[in-house]
Amino acid sequence: MSDLPAINQSVTVDWSSEKAQRRVRRRYGAERRLKWFGLGAIAMALLLLGVLVTSLISVGYTAFVQTHITLPVFIDAAKINPDDPFKGKYRPMVNDAFVNMLSGIDSKADRRLAAKMLSRGASLMLRNSVVDDPAQMGKTVTFTFPMADPIDQLHKGVTPRDVPEDQRRVSDKEIAWYDQLVARGAISKPIAWSLIFSADSRFPELAGLAGAIMGSFYALLVCFLISFPMGIAAAVYLEEFAPKNKWTDIIEVNINNLAAVPSVVFGLLGLAVFLQVFGLPRSAPLVGGLTLSLMTLPTIIIATRASLKAVPPSIREAALGVGASKHQVIMHHVLPLAMPGILTGTIIGLAQALGETAPLLLIGMNAFITSTSGGIVDPATALPTQIFIWADSPERGFVAKTSAAILVLLGFLVTMNAIAIYLRRRFERKW
Amino acid sequence: MVFYLFCAMFALAAAGYMIGRKRAVDLSTYGSLTLHSRPGYHGAYVALWAGLPSFLFVILWLLFQGSVVDGFLLASLSEARTSGLDSSQIDLLLSEIKAVSAGQIFGEPDKEVLAAAERYASWQGIARWSMVACALALLLFGATVARSRIAPQFRARHGVEKILDGVMIFCSLVAIFTTLGIVASLLFEAFRFFERVPVTEFFFGTRWEPQIAIREDQVAGAGSFGAIPVFAGTLLIAFIAMVVAVPVGLLSAVYLAEYATSRFRSVVKPILEILAGIPTVVYGFFAVLIVAPAVRGFGVNIGVDIAPNSALVAGAVMGVMIIPFVSSFSDDALNAVPQSMREGSFGLGATKSETVLQVLLPAALPGIMGGILLAVSRAIGETMIVVMAAGLIARMTANPLEGVTTVTVQIVTLLIGDTEFDSPKTLAAFALGLVLFVVTLCLNVVALRIVQKYREKYE
Repeated sequence: MSDLPAINQSVTVDWSSEKAQRRVRRRYGAERRLKWFGLGAIAMALLLLGVLVTSLISVGYTAFVQTHITLPVFIDAAKINPDDPFKGKYRPMVNDAFVNMLSGIDSKADRRLAAKMLSRGASLMLRNSVVDDPAQMGKTVTFTFPMADPIDQLHKGVTPRDVPEDQRRVSDKEIAWYDQLVARGAISKPIAWSLIFSADSRFPELAGLAGAIMGSFYALLVCFLISFPMGIAAAVYLEEFAPKNKWTDIIEVNINNLAAVPSVVFGLLGLAVFLQVFGLPRSAPLVGGLTLSLMTLPTIIIATRASLKAVPPSIREAALGVGASKHQVIMHHVLPLAMPGILTGTIIGLAQALGETAPLLLIGMNAFITSTSGGIVDPATALPTQIFIWADSPERGFVAKTSAAILVLLGFLVTMNAIAIYLRRRFERKW
Repeated sequence: MVFYLFCAMFALAAAGYMIGRKRAVDLSTYGSLTLHSRPGYHGAYVALWAGLPSFLFVILWLLFQGSVVDGFLLASLSEARTSGLDSSQIDLLLSEIKAVSAGQIFGEPDKEVLAAAERYASWQGIARWSMVACALALLLFGATVARSRIAPQFRARHGVEKILDGVMIFCSLVAIFTTLGIVASLLFEAFRFFERVPVTEFFFGTRWEPQIAIREDQVAGAGSFGAIPVFAGTLLIAFIAMVVAVPVGLLSAVYLAEYATSRFRSVVKPILEILAGIPTVVYGFFAVLIVAPAVRGFGVNIGVDIAPNSALVAGAVMGVMIIPFVSSFSDDALNAVPQSMREGSFGLGATKSETVLQVLLPAALPGIMGGILLAVSRAIGETMIVVMAAGLIARMTANPLEGVTTVTVQIVTLLIGDTEFDSPKTLAAFALGLVLFVVTLCLNVVALRIVQKYREKYE
């Protein structure tokens, strides 16, 4: 301590000296730098979020419309089995009608090439229409059919015209025919409701999310039915009834740790226990929901405990004072008051579960399923796994479809979170 | 079927409630006796005794029916048909029988399979109806016993509350069961893996080539399961993620906690949290669609060859996802530092940045470290981004421009598609899962402890 100046000894500092001024400037410079670094970091994070969202929208918006052709088809009764209209030569019928609209088709190869411009689903749509209404046989009926993916991409301007022919997926001939159709006004671009209302398909122009949405819905339903009551019961016990001892400590630590276990580990659990030991069906939303419920449970428990804690003790004391039992205090007073918080936590937990992919992959919810499944034990996909499947598909059209599916998923998530925020704002009480 | 059974059981339990309640009301009015518990509790008592045991019974039955019927089916097959088959072939046989009994007949099944399919169908029916009968009998028995106990002095409320206590204790034990289930299933499968592949090879081997021949004539390597390159790849990607996330997250937390106006904070903080709420599959697609081509194009421009599935891209995108974790934990930690320390520092003439760097950050360091450790555990366990954006081939490299693979990528790729629970290929995924679980668990425990200790320090 001897090298310090004595307290009463006054040290004069010349604050206006060049040296002191420089020191102050340097310190203020450091101050500004830190501030700008902080702002820069925030700006960077927000910028990345912006890039993410805008790139998804700019790629995905084209998938919300679909190029269609308006095509009059002569339904030749001779080509249909009269006893069973399901059986008939519908594909040649559609192809003939389509090729007849075009000029400049000379050879069989050209015919085949031209027929490929139409979606493979066209003949099935024709068949379904005839099966529904057999009176159409022998008449000429005008249909709107989707065009095949390459033409769809051309019409939307995703496939550029000005590159050499061997570098794009449509030939010069097809472009010429397409231009003819556009000139005749046969091509339209209506909203692609099939994105929401049809099931998966190998052809991008036919693929939709209906199966995935139903699968996600069933999985979330199972998840909700299990994790909501169980989460509340566990949280009420731990918060209100449990004695403070080693056991409850262990449970508590356990719950906190479970909330941070990687999701893929839950997938392994689902695979080993639900599929292997209990023999539940693979790819079923039931198993998906069970696995997700184990992941959601800690979230709901933690949220419920927080909102139970927020109910002031005076409520409990008043109820106890008029003779309610402890159970009655909680059932009649504390839980209803805590419910908005619990619901908010539950919705946020379910939103997390909706976006979860890895565990669903492991229990096989990435199967290729072309029908909207009907129940919780039928094989299905879920929204995030459908995104994963489409992202892996090589067809150009699936890039836009994937982005569109992501936008749909984000739409659901935003809606759920908005409901949660609304609930919190509307019913939250400050005591 | 099961759905209708549950509906019926629910309706019957509700009827039990009405009966119990009515009985209690009748007792109290006719005998002019005062009830110990309100009539509703008597009703609830009957309903719980009717509904709960039968509900549990049905759940347990459904869980074990499949494997029990399979066991019977297998036992009923002739010795000649099942001898010499390994478990996957037996599975195949069983699923063929089930497919035939469901009416999906491919090719010409042999006679024994047809007979077994018929037996299977009839057993299914027997099992189902005996389940319904047992459940309803149990329900009625429970309801009758409970109803017979109703008396004016009967403490129905205590009975109901005891049952509820039991239910709540069970629900809070589910978390323990889950952890035990994870540990048991991982340990069990990993143990079977280590029976086939020596532990030392797994932990110290440097070649990871899990593609092994499933059929005899297939061309494939013998498979080698040295997991060091996989661990190295995981650490590399997690490191890159932290290099992105820690500075950005920490600096934005400092700004939000110390510089921002409360209005700026209330707008920006939720927007930052959105980054954590976006599903990881979206980040994966973003990495593949936008970031990887951009980085690759940049590499071509400056004359560096960057792999399309480079660790850099996967790690950087993962880092973006982790930013909000780091920032919100650091924000909490900074806010937990008592105001008096700030004021003391200002009083000595320190600027804000000097206060932050020399007083607040050291004081908040434990909390920040805890948050960073949690973020590391998150990065190691993150799956979809790396599955989509990182590579499949295990390489031992520290070069972020090359493709590496991670533990989670290997788990997913080994288990996607048809899984055969006998091959070391499938079991290897569980061994990797065990390592992943243990490592993340340790990180979490340490991190949570640090955060908690730190919180206590300033409370």
